[in-house]
This record gives sequence, C-alpha cells and structure tokens, in this order.
Amino acid sequence: MTNYLFSIASNVAIFSILALSLNIITGYAGQAMMGHAAFFGIGAYSAALLTNAGLNFWLALPACLIIAGICGAILGIASLRVQNDFLAITTIGLNFVMVALFNNLEIFGGSLGLATKKPYLFGQRMGNREFFFLAVLVVIAVCFLIVKMRRSWFGIALAAINNDEKAASSFGVNVSQYKILSFILGTAIAGLAGGIYSHRMGFIFSSDFAFVISIQILSMVVVGGLGTIRGPLMGAILLGVAPELLRSASDYRNLLYGGLLVLMVRFMPEGLLGDGSPLMRAFAKIRVSLFPKKGGQSHG
Amino acid sequence: MITQQLINGLMIGSLYALTALGATLIYGILRILDIANAAAYLIGAYVGWYIYLSTGNIILTFLGAILLAGGLGVLLQKTVYSPILAKPQVIAIIPLVASVGLFTISNDLVRLIAGPGTKAYNFSFPVESYRIGGLVILPSWILIFALTATLLLILWFILNKTKLGLAWRATAQDSEIAKAVGVDTSSAMALSYVLGYGFAAAAGIMVGILYNSITPALGEVPSYKMLAIIVLGGLGNPFGTVIAGIFIGLTEVLASVYTQIPIPKDAIAFVVLIIVLLIKPSGLISQKNKT
Repeated sequence: MTNYLFSIASNVAIFSILALSLNIITGYAGQAMMGHAAFFGIGAYSAALLTNAGLNFWLALPACLIIAGICGAILGIASLRVQNDFLAITTIGLNFVMVALFNNLEIFGGSLGLATKKPYLFGQRMGNREFFFLAVLVVIAVCFLIVKMRRSWFGIALAAINNDEKAASSFGVNVSQYKILSFILGTAIAGLAGGIYSHRMGFIFSSDFAFVISIQILSMVVVGGLGTIRGPLMGAILLGVAPELLRSASDYRNLLYGGLLVLMVRFMPEGLLGDGSPLMRAFAKIRVSLFPKKGGQSHG
Repeated sequence: MITQQLINGLMIGSLYALTALGATLIYGILRILDIANAAAYLIGAYVGWYIYLSTGNIILTFLGAILLAGGLGVLLQKTVYSPILAKPQVIAIIPLVASVGLFTISNDLVRLIAGPGTKAYNFSFPVESYRIGGLVILPSWILIFALTATLLLILWFILNKTKLGLAWRATAQDSEIAKAVGVDTSSAMALSYVLGYGFAAAAGIMVGILYNSITPALGEVPSYKMLAIIVLGGLGNPFGTVIAGIFIGLTEVLASVYTQIPIPKDAIAFVVLIIVLLIKPSGLISQKNKT
C-alpha cells in the first residue's frame, strides 16, 4: 500500500517538475510550446542509454539535463523564425517526429521499448520511496530557481517580452537571447524529469512521451494558473491524483479530463490559482481582513 | 508504376485537402487552430454510418451528417470559442487548448456511445475497379475526386458569388474594420463553422467508405496532420490548403515507396512541415491579401 502511494506520489512529483518547466517557456516567456513531452522523452531515453552503457545514474542525470537543454536551444533558435501559431504547430510536429523516431530506431529499442536498471543509493536499490524524495528535491530546487529567476534581469526581461515583444526589444531587451534561454532552461529541466522517470519506471515506451502527454502537462499549467509557481504545482497534484481517485469511473476518465479542460479555459482562463482568479482574489481579501497591515495583492 | 503511385498520392492528397479545408476556413476568420474539427470528422463518419445503415441512401447519409456536424460547429462556436475569444487572452494558445479538450470529449463520447469496436460501411460500388492500360483505378477514388471537386466548387461559389461570402472575405481580411463598416461578422463566423464542420464530416464519411472501417480513434491522425496541412497552405488560405493537401499526399506515397527513411508515413507531414517552416516561416503558400 505504501509502495502504491509512493508510486503515485513520485509520478505527481515528476509531473510537477514538467509543469513547472513548461511554465518557464509558456507562462513566463509566453511561447507557444505544445511538445514538451518530446524533451521529457529525450531526457528519458538519453539517461536510459547512458546508464545501460555503464554510466552511473547520478552522472547520467546531469548528462540528460544537458542533452535535452541542447535540443531545447535548437528549438529556441528556431522559435525566433517561427512564431505564435506556427510555433505551436512546429512543436506539435516535433513531438510526433520524436515519438516516431523513438518508436522506429533500433537504438531506442523500437516498439519494444527500453529497459533500465534500477540505480543504487547508499548501497540500496532505489524504490518508489527514494525516487519520490529525489523528485521532490528537484521540485524544490526548481521552485527555488524560478523564484531566483523572476527576481533577476532574466525574469524581468521575460515579463517584458511576454507583455509586448516589440516594446521590450525597443527598450534594448535582447529578446532573442532571453527567449532561447527560456527554452534551454525549460527543456533541460524536462530532460532531468525524463531521466528520473525512465529509471523509476524501469521500462520506457515511445508512447510515454506522446503528444497526449504534452497536452496533459499543458493542462496542468493551464488548470493551475499560468505564470505562477503554485499554479503548475496545484495542477500537477490535481490532475495527477484525480485519475487514481476516479479509477472506478475509469471509463469516463478522458471525458472528465476533456470536460475540465474546456470548462477551465471557457470560464476561468487564468486558472484555479492564477493571478486574478476568483480563488486568489478571495484569498487576498481574507488575508487583508486578517492582517490589515501586511495587506495587498498577492503576487506569489 | 510511377503513374500509379502519383494517382495514389493524388487521391490521398485530395482526401487530406477535404479534411483540412474546414480547419482552414475557421482559421481564416477566427484565427483558431481548431483540433476539434477532427471531432466533426469522427462524428460525421459515425452519424453517416448510422444513417447509411438505417436508410441505405448514400446521398441522405452525406446530407444528414454534414447538416448535423455543421449545426454542432455553430453550437461550439457560439458557446465555447467566441466567448473565449471575447476575453483578453492569457496566452495565445488558449483556444487551441479548448479545442483539444473538445476533441478529447468527442472521442470518448463516440467510444462510449458506439462502442470501442470497428464498424464497417459495406458500401458497394457497381464496379470493382477500372483498368486503363496498366493502371488500376478504384471507383471510391472517383467518388472522392468528384466529391472534393463538388465541395470546392460550392465553397468557391459561396465565398465569391454570395453576400455571405463577401462578408466572410471581408472578415478574414480585417475583422475589426469589417465590423466597423457594418459587415455581419458574426454570420461570417457561423458560416466558417457550418462549412468547416460540414466539410470535415463529409471527409469522415469518405474515409469510412474508402477503408470500410471506422473506429473511435479515427480522428486522431487527421487531427494533427490537418494542422500541418493548413500551415503549409499558408494558414487560412483555402486554395493553398488544397495544394498543400495534395503535396503532402504525394510526398507520403512517394517517400514511403521510394525511400528508406526510418519514420512512419504519418510523421512525414510534420517532417515536411518543419523543413518548410524553417526555410519559409509563412508556409508554402503565403497569403496575398493579409498584412
């Protein structure tokens, strides 16, 4: 039972990392990224191949982070040329092409998938519990990084680009450089999540990184609230746990999932916990009435 | 051999064009990448199947499915898309996210209502196949060609010869200005959805007849391939979409027959798309009448 709980919890934690990293590209930099699972997959497959070749798991993790980041840099450079709707479709396409490659190339195990060896920690084989704590550590590190980022020039520049790209560039913000940086950061973190995922699962298939997964990650960010830290976390927990609770109604799972997505963007496009959402406004009101001196709008 | 492959490619291509036209019309007016257009394709195929099974009349099948899908399109436009567009956008891809949600719902509804299994149209043509020289031509192909040509002609007529079409073109060019000079932009939007979803439904029935099997997963491949085609066609340009559809159909057939690339047929559209976009970011055929 505890193993089952840790297995769900580590999945939720891995998807939290993915949602937070997508939010850097989509929420903060405002870029239409629809193929995040491709980079999740790049990280997962490269980490699996590296450890299968004999590299230590703890060295494979930074390696897969770098590999995914380099691929992300290429997409970032492409995004300077291809924008908005065109970028959305290009990234969807990228996702399909990557899955096709994972599924057809011999080196990735083809349609049979790829097995990984469970890594060791302090001489112990890592189980769901260890992977959960590892993923949570990464979640905390990523949150910390985003807080730092938002307070840095990089974060301010991203906010400016997201607000009005042309205005930002006329004020001397190096739009291209910051856009590429946001792609590198977001995809590298997704790659790291992939490395953890492939070793937790012990087996990966191309379908684990399909376009549907990109949509799931995007849904987490949108349902929770774009451009915040609490939003993607909340979204990942909500959409990660709900399927387990709805297991008895598994026939209606996708129906509810799709319905939730439509209702959210139709009636609450800022997300459950996004800035200016009804919930956050109510929360701010309560806070003002409880702590009148500290009061003010929340910007977490 | 090569002529046969070219004909195959042309067939598949015109089917793609038919499928992607709906999404193009919608993008032309509302600037929405409507993945849910593939829902109309799926629902059209199933509704058509029910009608064909109960009446046996193929014309009634097409008309019924097209009307129903068109009605569904307007309903979705009025209740989901237009209200979303009326609000300030958090990010540009919010309508796309909504359409993905709608598409998921429709896939599941079809699966729950009609069952997960395969359904067959069992539509029989009076002639098995025609042989002209060494070429094999199936009657279903002629039907596809005829249908695509007819629908394109109807579209051309509506867009170029009717008042509603004039409103559509004005709205596509600049909806703000069109509205300001008194063009009925809201009927232009509704027209996009009626035609867009209706066309997709017709394409769905065609595919059902051609392959003689429909499943609840029928819309999944077209849902994204359609996007690749409308982008290649210059986003929102009906003429460009037809060219791009045929181009992708030909590329797929020729690449899978004459080359040894390690990617499946369905991913080729996106490889072509990515290459074309990187060389020419506005698509294969850019719009003449837009800024």
